[in-house]
Amino acid sequence: MVEYAIVAENLTKMFNGNIVAVDNVSFKVNEGEIFGLLGPNGAGKTTTINMLTTVLKPTKGRASILGYDVVKNASMVRRLIGVVPQEYTADEDLTGFENLILCGDLYGIPRDVSKKLAIELLELMELTKFKDKKVETYSGGMRRRLELACGLINRPRVLFLDEPTLGLDVQTRSAIWNYIKKLKEEYNITILMTTHYMEEADSLCDRIAIIDHGKIVVSGTPEELKNSVGSDVMEIMIREKEDVTEIIENITYVKEVHRRDDGSYIVKLEDGETVAPMIIENLRRNGYHVIKLSISKPTLDEVFLTYTGRALRDSEEGREAILSQRITLKKARR
Amino acid sequence: MNIEIYDRSVFKAMLQGFWGLTSRELKKWMKEPIILFMAIIQPIMWMVLFGKSMNIGAIFSSSTITNMIIPDIKIPGYLLNPPVDGVVTIPGSVASEIVRNMLSGISSKAVESVFGVSDYFSYLAVGMISMITIFTSTFSGMSIVWDRRLGFLYKVLSTPVPRTAIILSKMFNAAIRSIFQSTIILLLAIFLGIKFSPTFSLMSLVAIYIAIFLFSAGLSSLFLAFALRSTRHETQMAIVNLFTMPLMFTSNAFFPTTLMPEWLQGIARVNPVSYITDALRQLTIYQINYEILLTDFIYLTAFATILSTIGIVLSWKYLTK
Ligand SMILES: Nc1ncnc2c1ncn2[C@@H]1O[C@H](COP(=O)(O)OP(=O)(O)OP(=O)(O)O)[C@@H](O)[C@H]1O
Ligand SMILES: [Mg+2]
Repeated sequence: MVEYAIVAENLTKMFNGNIVAVDNVSFKVNEGEIFGLLGPNGAGKTTTINMLTTVLKPTKGRASILGYDVVKNASMVRRLIGVVPQEYTADEDLTGFENLILCGDLYGIPRDVSKKLAIELLELMELTKFKDKKVETYSGGMRRRLELACGLINRPRVLFLDEPTLGLDVQTRSAIWNYIKKLKEEYNITILMTTHYMEEADSLCDRIAIIDHGKIVVSGTPEELKNSVGSDVMEIMIREKEDVTEIIENITYVKEVHRRDDGSYIVKLEDGETVAPMIIENLRRNGYHVIKLSISKPTLDEVFLTYTGRALRDSEEGREAILSQRITLKKARR
Repeated sequence: MNIEIYDRSVFKAMLQGFWGLTSRELKKWMKEPIILFMAIIQPIMWMVLFGKSMNIGAIFSSSTITNMIIPDIKIPGYLLNPPVDGVVTIPGSVASEIVRNMLSGISSKAVESVFGVSDYFSYLAVGMISMITIFTSTFSGMSIVWDRRLGFLYKVLSTPVPRTAIILSKMFNAAIRSIFQSTIILLLAIFLGIKFSPTFSLMSLVAIYIAIFLFSAGLSSLFLAFALRSTRHETQMAIVNLFTMPLMFTSNAFFPTTLMPEWLQGIARVNPVSYITDALRQLTIYQINYEILLTDFIYLTAFATILSTIGIVLSWKYLTK
């Protein structure tokens, strides 16, 4: 029998009896797979991870990791998994190395083994130079990499990454992507990650589930999802200020038109290259001038837009909220 | 992969988790000596201001009598036994000296009968050991709240380390800090002239540490239990403030319970602070009364056992995200 790495069945979490954060979520993840939970702020990604990692008890439903139930067999599950939470969890007053040893202690790893592992992981995460510096002095990217190292100290078979690249710059982000790919290739670790960066999900994940308002809206491989949307997206800008939604809508092959606040139009259509001249011609005949036009093949953004009816909210917003929260905490501590 | 190599006995793994968490707290503490300094400054102020500067003995004597000027006393020689010739003169200064000595003897007797020792400083200094232990133990709950807010607790909760180990590590940390700070207070008290009783020995010191450990374990468990679900350090702070002063003043830490009104004595009799303070005084400045000391220790052991059990059991249920 093939054992799934992660199984979630009708997983539900209610807070305070009325807020449904996760609503009947079911999915299965094969061993060695990278599975992505993609969704906007407040979609319920972290809450789902919290239940899978035994930190929160599900209100309803069940889940298991490598066959072990997350409620009944919590301590076994905790030994098999590694968790890299969304927030920074390292102790700021300790050094990076001390933090890793502490993580090892929490898993009951003998000190001589954990020291070796810690040095290995610090090397992998390129933190060796800073290993004896207090975490307080680390940059965001360094801290994220330290968290990753902590999550790996027990050589987990299933790794949970909650927004592993949140708030990082482009270079650091791609470095972390490389680590994640390496983990999968070299150790065959099963990874469940959450993100609200589309390109991240697209390039890393074998399969994706889009989650919104606590529900899984759709799931599949990135290719499947993109194909299911099945259309190209065209962006048009015209010189005139009038609303020409109707004119565009009436053209054959055009599926959907969406007018943006800045006056540009997002047009969904089949076979964009062929239809584009028709649209330009049609608008000209009505006295409007196209000044800009671009065609893009479907991306996960479109998938998201299609299945949830709205664009994924600006990800920078979430990042700033987290940063400001951190600053508040630091101040409060003084 | 090979998780088997870490598949050690549950107990060993727990012990390691416990030790990891405890040494983390101790490391943090040692890296920030200012915390230690702030903690001991208040007891030191009490010792110096109230124990040293104020002459409590004076309350029990009449200054008007001791300052009275006594004229020279002339006693006819024949009144004495054996009789002598002439008149014997006792200078007034000598007479007043005798009276003063007599009275101050009475006042120190009075201090002794009330406080059990002849100087208030020694009495108060030992009370300060209780005080520092109360401060340190009640604050243990704060660190759980901080761990929660800073995300550290979240990580710990997703690892296999037993919840019991989390609570025990905080409890131990409070106890170790209390013992260390008490030692500083004790050394300072020696420097300032605490008068140990003849029964004080090295064994007393061991017993002192055990007593402090028991008291701190019990009290910190109580405040850790309050903090299990708390996310606001303000709330925790309020709880600490609500408890510490009443705990101190309804006990014998500053003054003997015999000076208290009846109802307050009733509270003092169940207040654990009275028991730790009495145990410490028995072991340092009193002539040890083993029967009383035993009662103190039985009480403290029960206090520590019951409260830490409650704390641990509650943590299984309530120490969650
Ligand atoms: N402890 C809690 N008490 C009450 N409501 C909560 C709690 N934790 C989460 N929620 C709510 O549950 C919903 C899902 O939150 P969750 O943190 O899982 O979202 P998320 O998908 O991880 O979002 P983000 O991208 O911002 O991290 C939100 O509406 C949030 O307000
Ligand atoms: Mg989240």
